[in-house]
Amino acid sequence: MHELAITQGILEIAEREAAKHDSSRIKAIKLQVGEFTGVVKEALEFSFEVIKLGTLAEQASLEIEVVKLRQRCPACDEIFVAKDRFDFLCPVCSMPAEILSGRELRIEWIDLE
Amino acid sequence: MHRIAVDTNILEANERIAEENHEVFQKHGVFVVNLMSAPGAGKTSVLEETLRRLRGQYHLGVIEGDLMTTLDADRIQALGVPAFQITTGTVCHLDARMVHNALHGFKVDDLQLLFIENVGNLVCPAEFNLGEDLKVMVYSTVEGAEKPKKYPLMFHEAEAVLLNKTDLLPYSGVALEELQRNVHEVSPEATIFPMSCRTGEGIDEWIAWLIGRMNQRSADVANNSASVTEGGGIRAHLEG
Repeated sequence: MHELAITQGILEIAEREAAKHDSSRIKAIKLQVGEFTGVVKEALEFSFEVIKLGTLAEQASLEIEVVKLRQRCPACDEIFVAKDRFDFLCPVCSMPAEILSGRELRIEWIDLE
Repeated sequence: MHRIAVDTNILEANERIAEENHEVFQKHGVFVVNLMSAPGAGKTSVLEETLRRLRGQYHLGVIEGDLMTTLDADRIQALGVPAFQITTGTVCHLDARMVHNALHGFKVDDLQLLFIENVGNLVCPAEFNLGEDLKVMVYSTVEGAEKPKKYPLMFHEAEAVLLNKTDLLPYSGVALEELQRNVHEVSPEATIFPMSCRTGEGIDEWIAWLIGRMNQRSADVANNSASVTEGGGIRAHLEG
């Protein structure tokens, strides 16, 4: 349950941005959360509801975009997407693949009043 | 209402402190290993065996992370190796700030090799860099063969997977090859060491690999500083 720590990070960054733009209210926060992170969307939403109370983001909604795990094989250039489970070997030539996306833990934008 | 593009890593604060930790470690020439696993996989036992074999050759230290108690630090200190216990209370992982704070009370200046034993947990520690040189994972043969598939992130992050408790394989109903294959699928670049702290199997191989990585790092640092000096020399020449 490290989502609480992660939500704290989200709030710190959002409040810093709000202060930078002289805003006293954060209306929405948009996140990109890679599929291949140790973060559970529902736990993140739950933590956010708890932690936002009494902050500039008290009224804010959280929009979470889950980014698919995409990989590329450096040997044969095959690009593939994980299906029901994560496998890091190329389905064509069985070589170790590199991650193109799916490790994101980013704030993309925030809406300020 | 207006929209502000932020485009910032949520873990940036942790990343920044991890980098600072790394700089401190590098400055003092300390090689740092972040040891992770599920509870009960045998991290402390692996550490004990590793420290026993290395204590005559290197200046060693250990930072222990647990929710409660100093039991693990006590076990390490019993070997004559300095240990510092971080008790996280309810936090399920170590983060860079906890390690940073530990460095105020635990001198690493004279160390050559520092192990950080993370909180036993297969999920959360994988997301938090501590400033280490190497992530190593302990996976015991009695945890079930599917763990790498269920918890792929930590396996994927680890450069070495110590497949511990091979002495229990006859009772676990799992073939060593299946465990190795499952680790390889989610972490193709990781080096796997079948190991038993009871019989001593695999420990010398793991230590030889670890020393190899330390030496490689020392050589890289020496090369870097040589090329910096060289670059400075060229600049001085051009400016002259």
